[in-house]
Amino acid sequence: MSKNAIMAGLVVFVAMALLPFWYNIGGSSAAPEPELSAKAKAAKKCVLDKFDMRANHMTLLDEWRDSVVRDSDRMYESTNGKSFQMSLSTGEESCLGCHTDKEKFCDKCHTYASVDPYCWECHTTPKEINQ
Amino acid sequence: MKKSRRSFLKAASVTALGIGAAPVIKAVASSGSVAAPVKTQKAEALTAKRWGMVIDTNKLTDEVAENIVHACHKVHNVPDFDHEPDAEKYPNTRPVNKTQEIKWIWEEHFDHAFPDKTDEFLAEKFRHLPFLVTCNHCKNAPCVQACPTQATFKREDGIVIMDFHRCIGCRFCMAACPFGSRSFNFRDPRPFVEEVTPDFPTRTKGVVEKCNFCAERLAKGQQPACVEVSEGAITVGDLEDPASKVRELLAENYTIRRKQELGTEPSVYYIM
Repeated sequence: MSKNAIMAGLVVFVAMALLPFWYNIGGSSAAPEPELSAKAKAAKKCVLDKFDMRANHMTLLDEWRDSVVRDSDRMYESTNGKSFQMSLSTGEESCLGCHTDKEKFCDKCHTYASVDPYCWECHTTPKEINQ
Repeated sequence: MKKSRRSFLKAASVTALGIGAAPVIKAVASSGSVAAPVKTQKAEALTAKRWGMVIDTNKLTDEVAENIVHACHKVHNVPDFDHEPDAEKYPNTRPVNKTQEIKWIWEEHFDHAFPDKTDEFLAEKFRHLPFLVTCNHCKNAPCVQACPTQATFKREDGIVIMDFHRCIGCRFCMAACPFGSRSFNFRDPRPFVEEVTPDFPTRTKGVVEKCNFCAERLAKGQQPACVEVSEGAITVGDLEDPASKVRELLAENYTIRRKQELGTEPSVYYIM
């Protein structure tokens, strides 16, 4: 008569295995949308197109860093015809020059995705300085 | 199904041909249709074959030297451990150890700057002059050879520069540098930066730092910060260009370099 014991065990196992899913039902929120600053909205075009930026901005930043530090090339003319200064946080043509609010743009997704890039240990945001 | 040797070889050769052709087709398909991004220097950037610096010690007064050190440290967010951190912005900052020091350019006595050239009967004026010392951007930089991650490297224009992202804080470069030009961040420097300059990042705990010849300013067509406030005491230019201002100064004046006998070939000259 081990059938009952097996069934009971199975029910407990399935319940345990599905617990995280049940736990998150209703509790989890939709992925946040990064908020574009007025300036970024007005510019319309970023370095790459929207989906490419979403997926590959970290690779682009990596490439930019190497280009600036190693080859001392600081200007980037994108394939969409726009020119940028290859810098995360300095100057008007840098990333933060357009995406002025780091909290609403970078942090929103990074916090949601539990990504903790250490850019800001060294790089400064103009907002933070004026605090 | 039975395959003859002949039909097998036929199929295999067609397959090999297909695999071999794929990259060629890809290259043909992508060429021309997609433009590549262009990375360039700014048009106004100052360039040289090998950057060098000439410091005219006759024009250096204590006041000028102080201004230079201050200007350099300000534009590069170099921390000052005498500065009391803002308790509100940086709570839980550990008390300061005043023996710590981070410096890119600083004043030194003659016998410390030029230990091999000091003398019992040294001309009196040299005993009191402030000598400004900094990274010498050596031609044969020992720090570059010591760095295991190539965080410190030599640019094509002779500037010995650091990629702070890449520094692992091993401090081999500090041991290798005969001039003490490098400082290590034993703690987060940001609370000790009095006023953060947004044009340059701060550093983080665990990286080494030093003078970068104001590479970020040269790229914008500006003179290095020290030159700007030096009232003519510091000149930078191309050592390989016989017509440059630094070569002119070197041709006209008697100059010395620090610890020349070590063979690192410093690019910073001192007019005596």
